[in-house]
Amino acid sequence: MSDQSADHFSHHIRRYLFVFYALLFGTLITVAASYIPFGNRAMNIAVALVIAICKASLVGCYFMHLISERKMIYFILAFTTFFFAGLMFLTLWSFSDPPWHTVTH
Amino acid sequence: MQASTHAIPHPHVHEEHHEEAGFWSKYVFSTDHKVIGIQYGFTALCFLFFGFCLMLVMRWQIAHPGQPVPLVGPLLETLLGNMAAKGIVSNDLYNSFGAMHGTIMVFLAIVPLAFGAFGNYLVPLQIGAPDMAFPRVNMASYQFYVLGGVIMFFSFFIPGGAAQAGWTSYPPLAVAIPTDGQTFWLAGMVLLITSSLLGAVNFIATVIQLRAPGMTWMRLPFFVWAQFVTGFLLLLAFPPLEAAGVLQLMDKVAHTSFFLPTGLAVGGNLANVSGGGNPLLWQHLFWFLAHPEVYVLILPAMGIVSEIIANNTRKPLWGYKSLVYAVLTLGFLSFIVWAHHMYLTGMGTKIATFFQTTTMIISIPSVIILSCLFISLWGGSIRFNTPMLFVMAFLPMFGIGGLTGLPLGFSYSDIHLHDTYYVIAHFHYIVAPGTIFALFAGIYFWFPKATGRMMSEFWGQVHFWASLIFMNLIFQPMFAQGMAGMLRRMADGGANYSTAKVPDAIGGLSPHMMGLHTYILWAAVGLAFAQIPFIFNFFWSIHHGKPAGSDNPWNSTTLEWQTPTPPPHGNFATVPHVYRGPYEYSVPGHATDFTPQNQPD
Amino acid sequence: MDIPYTVEARPDTGLYNAKVGIWLFLASEVMLFGALFSTYILLRVGAPEGFWPHGWLNIPVGTVNTLVLITSSITTVMAWASLKMNQFGRFKFFHACTLCLALTFVGIKSYEYHDKFMHYEITLKDGRIADGHLVKRTADQVVISGHYVEDRKELFDLRAGGPPHEHTEITIPQAQIKKMENYGPWHTTYLAIYFTLTGLHALHVIGGAIVIGFLWGPGSKLWKTDPDRFTNRIEISGLFWHFVDLVWIFLFPVLYLL
Ligand code: HEM
Ligand SMILES: [Cu+2]
Repeated sequence: MSDQSADHFSHHIRRYLFVFYALLFGTLITVAASYIPFGNRAMNIAVALVIAICKASLVGCYFMHLISERKMIYFILAFTTFFFAGLMFLTLWSFSDPPWHTVTH
Repeated sequence: MQASTHAIPHPHVHEEHHEEAGFWSKYVFSTDHKVIGIQYGFTALCFLFFGFCLMLVMRWQIAHPGQPVPLVGPLLETLLGNMAAKGIVSNDLYNSFGAMHGTIMVFLAIVPLAFGAFGNYLVPLQIGAPDMAFPRVNMASYQFYVLGGVIMFFSFFIPGGAAQAGWTSYPPLAVAIPTDGQTFWLAGMVLLITSSLLGAVNFIATVIQLRAPGMTWMRLPFFVWAQFVTGFLLLLAFPPLEAAGVLQLMDKVAHTSFFLPTGLAVGGNLANVSGGGNPLLWQHLFWFLAHPEVYVLILPAMGIVSEIIANNTRKPLWGYKSLVYAVLTLGFLSFIVWAHHMYLTGMGTKIATFFQTTTMIISIPSVIILSCLFISLWGGSIRFNTPMLFVMAFLPMFGIGGLTGLPLGFSYSDIHLHDTYYVIAHFHYIVAPGTIFALFAGIYFWFPKATGRMMSEFWGQVHFWASLIFMNLIFQPMFAQGMAGMLRRMADGGANYSTAKVPDAIGGLSPHMMGLHTYILWAAVGLAFAQIPFIFNFFWSIHHGKPAGSDNPWNSTTLEWQTPTPPPHGNFATVPHVYRGPYEYSVPGHATDFTPQNQPD
Repeated sequence: MDIPYTVEARPDTGLYNAKVGIWLFLASEVMLFGALFSTYILLRVGAPEGFWPHGWLNIPVGTVNTLVLITSSITTVMAWASLKMNQFGRFKFFHACTLCLALTFVGIKSYEYHDKFMHYEITLKDGRIADGHLVKRTADQVVISGHYVEDRKELFDLRAGGPPHEHTEITIPQAQIKKMENYGPWHTTYLAIYFTLTGLHALHVIGGAIVIGFLWGPGSKLWKTDPDRFTNRIEISGLFWHFVDLVWIFLFPVLYLL
């Protein structure tokens, strides 16, 4: 059996609960923010995504223990992030760069 | 080959905790990586043969459009009905065979053989592991593969036949074709992708976690490196295609419009779809997989080639480190070149420049790998056995394939060459006399490990020379046809665009170009005959081949040869310790000309 | 020889096998959902001005479901932590909660799906469009609870702040109907991607729940014979569960709010 004692773990648990409250709070903020017009649409999208990224990081770092994971896992995830970004940005870029913009008579 | 007398005695393996298993659990539902490897190999070879037969029928149709297929015509009519009325290949059937030839060769034959079979059998042995990290996942991976294969195979016999939109399955065509073949194709692909993903997770985890003590990263045989990178390609490139497959399946089954644009007309009528979709998105997601996939086709082959070269030149590979870094770079870059398959889709100059640049950069590591392998031959006292012959042919054939890729990588030359037979010749040079030769080499080379017997050297050489000649006769003329403007995927082989039909058409295909089809047809038939010695040699040698005489008949250094033959369940009797790099051949002052990795100093 | 590092960590990587395996698998999942999110962006950017739906989904219901999933994540962590502290009973309790929450999530999701499938857009032969939920359908007429619009565009932006519309029972003779289509995935690309993303996500929830259910029920016998291994399994299935939660954290704003 694992030798971690209960009190060693209790501070972990406090941290998990804290993250939990933060996530609940984040959800409410996202919903609230969607009703506030921030000037333009893009701004609202940005705000919602920033909150989502914060929430996702909390889940990743604490619930999934990424904050204290081994190097090998970081390597794998770094590659994945890179290719994920490549897939998304190159695809989007290729649609925002159509040749017909330059055709004039 | 003389039996070796190396220093390591094999303790007899006791089957204490592995009691005798029944037939089903031993051969069908086995979790042993070697059995799974052989299952993969056998299934994949069957599909390779099947895909080859499809191609023969297609070549007949191209060379003699509208004429009944000799010999198999009646069979086709019985099996497929109207699609092959009177034994004549209809246009729809031609399209089906074309699409399925590509799909079967790539996803059901080469990848399962190179990755599933060789990878499974050899990677755990070469790193000194008892098995894969997750044996049951490994078994599931094979089962998904079979399931996907069965679905693909049965789709030939449903009404309307198999998928017809090419192995690339571009929408809207793929979705608009009213038959169900495409639905089967997509379902099959989702299963095959799942299989590959499970396999990839397993391979990577195995290499990371199960290397034997002393087997540091830089002591891994190059084959393992190649498989490791292949695993990553499959792991990260396949999911987008899985997503795309699900989306196209939705288009097909739930009538969504992911890939169907507004205003789509089918057969002259406005299609009854919501529209708003994006056909090019499929191409992006498809090629995001399919470019890395071409490296999945070639990297394991390079791994096999390196092992055999080191062994038969009796000297270390030249530039092991360069090879490793090159293969890592190759894997990395292969994710950001995909749109070189899409230059003609109306992409802007900036993005085209980006992809042209990355395409040119990626050829650097390819050239590094090929150069290292060529230089490895320098000054060796080469043993020209069958595996080595295949490997020696691989090098220039891969060279031709790779070099002809460069003009395709520049948009200004690709505009002329895209979708012509030139492209067909380009990639077949890499995959057929390239990868498939390497796989043949691997079969001849590792056969004695799996069976304890050698394959016949004489028939091996017959197989080699005949294959080499016919392969080149098949693919060489296609470069000329393609440069003359002959498009791929035409059921009549371009007859409609020939000067015979339209005498004064500018750029029409000359009788000479059209006539090459006939040569290619007979070369393909020749290639079929050239495989007969191999098939007989293979099955005959399993029981009647010359006994290998030792566990290490090629006097090799890597760990798979330091086990009993065939390796028992669990592979090694005791945990092997690794003391040196993978290619210590002809070490000066050493008693033999090879020093196994597990031999202490 | 047996397979090493199934329970204890390999010294140089510091990881046991399944940990590497699950993270590799999650990496592939990232790419899967990455491709789907790219699809979402492209469809949305490509939609003609005014034709990307807003406010089609019920935000309170979606919020509740988000909270349900987040709560299931904390119970998952607590279940694992309980095992680490050698409290098997608490583990059982927490994962029972996880399973109930998973079921709740799927239940709410199916209610939302049902609502969409009952929602019809009916184009009449005179060019008007009736939009609303199906009340009754007979051989010669259709009754919906909804309203008429002149321009299809009015159906797209339903966010609060738009002009309020009365919902009344509308009876339409079958003979007047030109086209009648419910809000299934075929209706618009927005609904197509909505159903695909949430459907795939729901499959992940169901898959995860089956695994956790197995480990909670028959699989938990392993605790008696090999507690460390069992704890590892709970950790691995938990990682998957958190990933599913993480995907939802993005899906919710993207589909419901923006
Ligand atoms: C090393 C340098 C290489 C370069 C620069 C290169 C470049 C290209 C380009 C630009 C195309 C698209 C041609 C077109 O459709 O117009 C193409 C097609 C293709 N290449 Fe390569 N390639 C290379 C190596 C390989 C390798 C190693 C393979 C592995 C098997 C391969 C397999 C293929 C396949 C299968 C296609 C055709 C796909 C299709 O349209 O059906 N290529 N290549
Ligand atoms: Cu490519």
